[in-house]
Amino acid sequence: MTSAAITAGKAGTGRKLNSMSRDRAWALRWSYFFLILFALFFLTPPIYMLITSLKSSAEISAATNPWWVYAPTLSNYKELLGSSQYQIFFRNSALVSIFVVTLTMLISVPAAFALSRMKFWGSATLATGVFLTYLIPETLLFLPLFKMFVTFTELTGIELINRWWVLLLVYPTLTVPFCTWIMIGYFASIPKELDEAALIDGAGWFQTLTRIFIPVALPGLIAATIFAFTVSWAQFLYPLAFTTSTDQLVLPVGIITTLIKGDVFNWGQIMTGALLGAAPPLIIYAFLMDYYIAGLTAGATKG
Amino acid sequence: MVEAVMRPQATARTARKRTGLHKAMQRKSTIAFIMALPLILLIAVMVLYPAGYSLHLATLNKSMERFVGLNNFTFLFKRETFWLVVWQSCIFAVTAVVFKALIGFIVAHFVHNIPTKGQRKWRGMLLVPWVIPPAMSCLAWLWLFDPSYSAFNYIIALFGGDPIPWTGNTYWARFSVILVNIWIGAPFFMIMYLAALKSVPDQLYEAAAIDGANWWQRIWFVTLPMMRNIIAITALFSLIVTFANFDIVRVLTFGGPIDTTHVFATWAFRIGIEGGDIPLGACVSLFMVPILMFAAVFILRDINRRGNEA
Amino acid sequence: MAEVTLNKVVKFYDNVEAVRGIDLGIKDQEFVVLVGPSGCGKSTTLRMIAGLEEISGGEILIAGDVVNDVPPKDRDIAMVFQNYALYPHMTVFENMSFGLRLKRFPKDEIKRRVDEAARILDITELLDRKPKALSGGQRQRVAMGRAIVRDPKVFLFDEPLSNLDAKLRVQMRTEIKKVHQKVRTTTVYVTHDQVEAMTLADRVVVMNGGRIEQVGEPNDLYHAPATRFVAGFIGSPAMNFIPCAIEKTAGALRLVLHGGLGFDVPADRTKRYEAFVGKPGLSLGLRPEHITDARSPLEPGQQAMEVDLTVTEPMGMETLVYFGINGTEICGRVRPDAGARNGGRMTLAAQLNHMHLIDESSGLVV
Repeated sequence: MTSAAITAGKAGTGRKLNSMSRDRAWALRWSYFFLILFALFFLTPPIYMLITSLKSSAEISAATNPWWVYAPTLSNYKELLGSSQYQIFFRNSALVSIFVVTLTMLISVPAAFALSRMKFWGSATLATGVFLTYLIPETLLFLPLFKMFVTFTELTGIELINRWWVLLLVYPTLTVPFCTWIMIGYFASIPKELDEAALIDGAGWFQTLTRIFIPVALPGLIAATIFAFTVSWAQFLYPLAFTTSTDQLVLPVGIITTLIKGDVFNWGQIMTGALLGAAPPLIIYAFLMDYYIAGLTAGATKG
Repeated sequence: MVEAVMRPQATARTARKRTGLHKAMQRKSTIAFIMALPLILLIAVMVLYPAGYSLHLATLNKSMERFVGLNNFTFLFKRETFWLVVWQSCIFAVTAVVFKALIGFIVAHFVHNIPTKGQRKWRGMLLVPWVIPPAMSCLAWLWLFDPSYSAFNYIIALFGGDPIPWTGNTYWARFSVILVNIWIGAPFFMIMYLAALKSVPDQLYEAAAIDGANWWQRIWFVTLPMMRNIIAITALFSLIVTFANFDIVRVLTFGGPIDTTHVFATWAFRIGIEGGDIPLGACVSLFMVPILMFAAVFILRDINRRGNEA
Repeated sequence: MAEVTLNKVVKFYDNVEAVRGIDLGIKDQEFVVLVGPSGCGKSTTLRMIAGLEEISGGEILIAGDVVNDVPPKDRDIAMVFQNYALYPHMTVFENMSFGLRLKRFPKDEIKRRVDEAARILDITELLDRKPKALSGGQRQRVAMGRAIVRDPKVFLFDEPLSNLDAKLRVQMRTEIKKVHQKVRTTTVYVTHDQVEAMTLADRVVVMNGGRIEQVGEPNDLYHAPATRFVAGFIGSPAMNFIPCAIEKTAGALRLVLHGGLGFDVPADRTKRYEAFVGKPGLSLGLRPEHITDARSPLEPGQQAMEVDLTVTEPMGMETLVYFGINGTEICGRVRPDAGARNGGRMTLAAQLNHMHLIDESSGLVV
């Protein structure tokens, strides 16, 4: 009697479980279906870049199936990588990005340390101000900055406009506020006892920063570095406004202004250039995805 | 006896050192200030000064020799293109942000649904549009939208449809701009929402399930309230970025056809840099300030509130 | 090794007085525990000794030198924090040697000291690990090791055991005591746990509201609390406080509880309590262990009372019984076989020779 009841009960739960797992399986199937759909939408442009970059201009103008490469060739890559102009763009971009990243870290890490650990007069206001600065878009500032640089040249005779290194002055305005902000977040998450322990151990402020805070907040530092690099690599408006000669251009502007000549669009080369221009951030992303995402979400979740 | 001798000495020492301590405290804030000084200088010289300077610039004539008061502003008000730009900037930003938020939310849910093992891979793929420099990916879109070789039109033609003038016709051009905006921005929303979804404790869903909530009610009564903050702040961030965006319109449509896709940033660039009228361009970009302030105030309020809770 | 002296030490936080003038002398090699409820100023006092907080008034001397303005690193102290504060990116060896390396000690000296400390704490095999790979108790040992290698004048402990689970806490408590017996460094230890205070301390300092309530050896505090606060704070379950009055009867004093119950005041206390006859605002303080099941005949000093039990809590070695006298809940401890049950009636014996009389208006035990 009792055993019969128990078996019945078991059967009941068994059926329930089955229907639940069936629901679950369907939900999963639908999830994958839509994910594939969205992935298609999100990945079409980069894939199409790759497809086109492997085509010769003859194949492109023949208007065959654009989604297929009939005669794959690396000639676009050879031509582009071999051209001294492209090499200059790449060099300029690399130099700007590396300098900007270094500069950004040198400015924002000590500032974040001072703001999160060594309160001074106005430090709270400054922290808020840093965040507000991050919200000011470059499109608001490029005209007054342009005029400022022109005036500076008139006053001192030092050319700023149309020199690639003018970008070293303006890019930090895009990278430093956000990097400072996320470093403040990372530093604030370090328990206060850790710097007190360091203080008792005899470390000064500088040693506390370099030997305790920077190693402990290394993931944050990496995230901030990646952010600074991708921002300075991708920046388009400032170089477009401030540099014009082909030997001063950075990669994105260089590709757009030199490869698009009047109405003659050499799409094979343009796509190759775009793909190569997108490659450094993509490669960094592929290897350091978790840091990249941590930096991305830190802005809103920290603080 | 000994006590009596020790006392005054000790007090004297304290008195002397008290000033020393004050100095040490001062030194600490001086060091802190010096550490923050490059940041302060950068913000002051490269952000605050130009921001104020653009106000001044906006009141000058084209050659920047004469003060013309609000003439630039009244001139803009009389131009049809200006109102077109205002309207387009707002409609692009609002539409794009709404769809980014929706798509981001949906995709985040699907990613959250699948087994944890595979989530990393999908997340990695779906964030790619955000990682590619916008100027570069817009080139790909431009090529996909090409009037004679459009790869989209090729597919449409396979199904017997007519070719679409993606960037040639005012309405399609606007649609294209919004589409690319969504394509670039939705992954960012997805990542933010995914992070927020992960922070909702499973027990809440279990409790809701025991209370008899179906999946829709669980989203409405558990997920959304828990994520309200992050949704709001992400949307506001995105509103600022989309509203002030330059790259997409610049590469995709150049503002055309006939200025019907220009936004503040691209129009200001056209007037200020290419047209050589810096004051008028500065004037145009200044019109972005109100909506930026609006978003900034809300974001700041949210940040401060969370700061107080912590 | 050194003595620590606090003279009228005061600490203000934005006009809030967290520490209100503390005088305390800590002898060389002594183990002193500061105990009190949260917010009583014990941690602030410790942090002032460490130099992590500025001293708003008064002075602190370590080994005879005023250290008010000496930075922490020059005070020759070592501190163990509640969350251990181990440097997460360094191995145990690096953690323990960090201070010595900053002071540029020779390498072999550092190694000798770390090995010595590791041997004392039995963590020699952990030296190459990172803190993440350690259990709570091991981290605690490393934190202590970091203090020991410095060979400081004073050890400071800030609630070092409160992050550990109950079992480990007892174990580490013994460990700390053993270490102190080995290295004999003057120690100031802060905790909110009175059991920890009683078991570890040579002398306990009970603090409340930024003031010292009483300083004394553990047993003195237990048997002769000076204030109502100390009487209630030390001992678990806490002392019972029952409103009462003192009446004079023929040649003796009688303690009358509000509710009709009454006891005779032990004869040796008559003199002490005579001044309080007829005064309002008195309380009888009696520890639960002095309310036991009545065995006949009653032991000397015991007086019987009949009560209705509300709740009983069997603890195994004893049973806690609760009952009310005129709205005051009272706890007693009886033998497990005494037949106590919920709602039952029972005869209990109050051991009045261990009573305390509290003047509620001054908060003092008279």
